[in-house]
Amino acid sequence: MPRAEMVHWWFAGGTLMLGLLSIAQLVAGPDVWAMRAWRRYLWPGLLFSMGVLMWPVMTFYTNSTIHMIAHGSWAQALMLAGAAELGVTAGKLHSPYWRLCSVGAMLVSGTAFLVHEQQAWFFSRAAFLHHSLGWTLILGAVFPLVQAFRPRSLVAGLGFASVFLLIAVQLFSDRDTAAIFGHLSQFAGVPHR
Amino acid sequence: MSAELAHELHEHTIEHRRTLRARIVLGLGPATILAGVLWALVQPYRLVFLHPHGEGFWWLVGGETPLYVVLAGVVFWRVVAVPLAEDMER
Repeated sequence: MPRAEMVHWWFAGGTLMLGLLSIAQLVAGPDVWAMRAWRRYLWPGLLFSMGVLMWPVMTFYTNSTIHMIAHGSWAQALMLAGAAELGVTAGKLHSPYWRLCSVGAMLVSGTAFLVHEQQAWFFSRAAFLHHSLGWTLILGAVFPLVQAFRPRSLVAGLGFASVFLLIAVQLFSDRDTAAIFGHLSQFAGVPHR
Repeated sequence: MSAELAHELHEHTIEHRRTLRARIVLGLGPATILAGVLWALVQPYRLVFLHPHGEGFWWLVGGETPLYVVLAGVVFWRVVAVPLAEDMER
């Protein structure tokens, strides 16, 4: 089995791609972005796929009940947000308020990060990053919330894309057992490579 | 200013803006690749294949984090940015 930190790095790669796609879409504009049909499905398809891939994470990385609930609800929220965006992209859904599913996904994801981290901020790097990732997602949910009511807002679009890049950086920084700003609890275990 | 000159200036401005936007899109991929390369230079121990002795399959495949950043940049650049920039130049 791969270590938990590796799974975080793999999801970091997906999140980095989501951020790059968001920025490119913002710079190109919605009309140019929609010129090739396959391109319109990249972002929502990737988000939905990441939701699907959370199920094996739930299955194989369940250390406790709270882990299972956090990972399971996270998977459902990501899939719902991805499906809503796919519906809007395909023209099956029309209201901009479907963007509120992304708000819900970010709030659920952020809460999942926070509730399944039982240690304090400076216990270890993983604990610190779970706290910071949780709050990044919860505070970052304001950007898709603004987009639901003002879909063409540049600030909201840039903020939404930046949240993904910030999450990617944090996920790439994650280690199972490592110090954070010189702090590492003696109960955290022995750091490895 | 003649109408013809004003029209030319307007066209030039639009073209320049489009070129700038296309450049930004085209720059995202190489910037990501550069970030991955810089990360590998700063923390070479994050590249497991440089010292693979005694490491298992998952570390050799799943532990090459700076390469993931480079890979994301390459895929984005070739698959998304180049066709998008072509569409923006039309």
